[in-house]
Amino acid sequence: MSALISTRLRRAFGPVELAALLVLAALILGAAFGPWLIPTDPIAQDIGNMLLPPGAPGHLLGTDELGRDVLTRLIYGARVELVVALGASCLAMVLGVTLGLLGGYLGGIVEMVSMRLVDIILSFPPFIVALLFITIYGPGQGTLIVLLGVMLAPTFARLVYGQTLTVKRLEYVQAAVAFGASLPTRLFTVVLPNVAVPIILQFPITMAIALLTASGLRYLGIGIVPPTPSWGGMVASGQRFVSQDLWLIIIPGTAIVLTVLSFGLLGNALQYWLDARSAGDRR
Amino acid sequence: MTMASETSAAPSDAPLLQIRDLRVEFSSGGGWTEVVHGIDIDLHAGETLAVVGESGSGKSVTAMSVLGLLPRTARVKGTLRLGDEDLLAASSRRLQQIRGGEIGMIFQEPMTALNPVYTIGDQIVGAIRAHRRISRQEARSHAIDLLRQVNMPEPAEKFSRYPHQLSGGQRQRAMIAMAISSQPKILIADEPTTALDVTVQAEILDLLRDLQVRMGMAIMIITHDMGVVADMASRVVVMQHGRIVETAPVKALFAAPAQDYPQTLLAAVPRANFNAQTAEAATSGKPVLEAKDLRVRYPSHFIAGGFLAVDGVDLRVDAGEVVGLVGESGSGKSTIGRAVIGLTPATASTLRVCGHDMIGASGRTMKQLRRTVSIVFQDPASSLNPRATVGSNITAPLRWNGIEGDGRKLDGIGRELLERVKLPGDWVDRFPHELSGGQRQRVSIARAIAMRPQLMVADEPTSALDVTVQATILALLRELQRDFGFACLFISHDLSLVQQLSQRVVVLRGGKVSEQGPTSIVLGSPNEPYTRALVAAAPVPDPDLQRQRRLARQAQQASDRAAAMQG
Repeated sequence: MSALISTRLRRAFGPVELAALLVLAALILGAAFGPWLIPTDPIAQDIGNMLLPPGAPGHLLGTDELGRDVLTRLIYGARVELVVALGASCLAMVLGVTLGLLGGYLGGIVEMVSMRLVDIILSFPPFIVALLFITIYGPGQGTLIVLLGVMLAPTFARLVYGQTLTVKRLEYVQAAVAFGASLPTRLFTVVLPNVAVPIILQFPITMAIALLTASGLRYLGIGIVPPTPSWGGMVASGQRFVSQDLWLIIIPGTAIVLTVLSFGLLGNALQYWLDARSAGDRR
Repeated sequence: MTMASETSAAPSDAPLLQIRDLRVEFSSGGGWTEVVHGIDIDLHAGETLAVVGESGSGKSVTAMSVLGLLPRTARVKGTLRLGDEDLLAASSRRLQQIRGGEIGMIFQEPMTALNPVYTIGDQIVGAIRAHRRISRQEARSHAIDLLRQVNMPEPAEKFSRYPHQLSGGQRQRAMIAMAISSQPKILIADEPTTALDVTVQAEILDLLRDLQVRMGMAIMIITHDMGVVADMASRVVVMQHGRIVETAPVKALFAAPAQDYPQTLLAAVPRANFNAQTAEAATSGKPVLEAKDLRVRYPSHFIAGGFLAVDGVDLRVDAGEVVGLVGESGSGKSTIGRAVIGLTPATASTLRVCGHDMIGASGRTMKQLRRTVSIVFQDPASSLNPRATVGSNITAPLRWNGIEGDGRKLDGIGRELLERVKLPGDWVDRFPHELSGGQRQRVSIARAIAMRPQLMVADEPTSALDVTVQATILALLRELQRDFGFACLFISHDLSLVQQLSQRVVVLRGGKVSEQGPTSIVLGSPNEPYTRALVAAAPVPDPDLQRQRRLARQAQQASDRAAAMQG
């Protein structure tokens, strides 16, 4: 049995998936401890050394148009990006799971309200809402987290809703009713653990979407105040110097692509692994 | 007609279908796992061969390999000959011709075997035209003729019906019409009546027997039901763990099985002796369940006011008494079971359970009530929480009702309860998927006695289990009932089980009580025609007795029909 699971684990995490895990680990460690390892100031300008190519002495990835070290900015940017993506995904998960679980299990008016709420959120184009929100509440990480959290909640809500509809008809949930389990007990100790797998699978994918959307917003110049470094902002400012230094957009762009891709691959690998396990459960 | 089937049972020399040293392997992990370990079967013209075995015996895999229907992950070795033809060497094109050509087949679940988006007529026409080049018009009239041959009521009208518009028995008739459309030499029937009610089962078996004589087919019937074997077969192959344990003529097998396994199998079959006196326990006269004019309505989009699943049922279960609730699918028996423990809202002029009035009961009363009633569900695969350990599943009622919260004590109670249901106490840490169906059902029973209930509802607790397992679960239930003295509402479609376990029996039909009383009287000499039909239709595992019962049933039906014609 355990041998079977480890076979599946090995199959789920092939060389590509392991590389993705490595990228994510490096990213998280870099974001957490990078500022202590590289004591350069991400916003210290050095006009004399502007637009240095990668590999220049003292600047591993070169400098930008104001002479700021690109590697340092990339690391500080990673903190910003990851905090927003993680915060938004957690908020989306909590909101979505609550809506889906209550709506799916209770039915009736609760189902109507929660699922219509989901429909309403889905019917707004994210970027327009983002523009509106940031205009009203001002830029900042908090605003961005709340905004993305709400916009990404529907995926979780629909997922959990559908699963709950299936699970609530099963006899072990009926048994919980018959043997006197209270409603919160039924929801959180009986139904929730049985709809957890798709939630876990959705999480890294939501991280990728949140990261991409946040970078997109920052590229458009909303969501974060310069000179705080962010990947999207770096691409945007680098764009103006495309003809002189291509690296300024290639480096942050690559960081975005690699991170999103890694989260996606992690999601896939988890799905393969956990789905196979739950298929084993059903036998 | 029945005489003909007896004589045609004599096997002719050359077998139609010859299976030699058949081995089937499935790929698993990196290697191959053999599930059928070299079996030999001959099927002769005109005979009915029953392949019996419990789940996992390889009987269905064997049938599938004959038809070339195994998935790509399977590998078949050995010899499979249809007449002079080697089936294993046949091209997939040729196999397609054979399937539904020389060999017809019917499956257990006609709802999934038929395509829901085409009418049954279209599907039969499709089957006909797949093997013969005739015009659509000709095929149509041929299809209607086939529907008539399988005794489909109003064949011309049923031609343009979709599968969901037919009853289970009619769907199976449509499947049979498709299977015989090419006048096959062999009909393979994989559990053809398992999903059907017992009266419908009797009709379908009658039909198969009749068709076999008329068309001279050989039938290979795969089943787990010894009653069906006794009713249908001329020869029997008993399989266990992918091997053939015994091959014998039906009478010899039932009279004196040579091997151990068939003996156990036969001993495990519940033998209804409807004329025997059951020991009637002296009832205390103190009711734990009292229902008068019980009604349950399900909301429906099609019927104004909803569908009345239970329509004015009076029911009483005394303390320490086992009452059997029998009926066919749709009779409302499960709904009643759910209603009396408050899982389904019901109305009634009286509904008192363990001293609590349930009509308009407050949340507090319901809480009290749930401490005194319990339920064992039918499906062992879904009645336990897959994400909780066995121990946690068993002791959950104690936690939920705030009786015991201490983890170590709960662990001890879980072990004790596991031992009560004759499982090792150490299994508290296992997960449900590590257990077999019968073991899971034991865990389910342990959970149901955890609260020392006064009333237990057992909703078809053994119908998903193999017959040898069923016997042990029934013995366990009986023992626990005696030791703990709870009253039990035992819901089943199987009369012989009810007869074994219950002192009184309530027969339901269409949401109404058709007959009720002491078990020996209701099942021994039923008053109502419906109960009589139910008792007559249940096949008994004894070929000679079953033949007498069949003839008696057919005579009764004929006289009923004659009476109806005159009336």
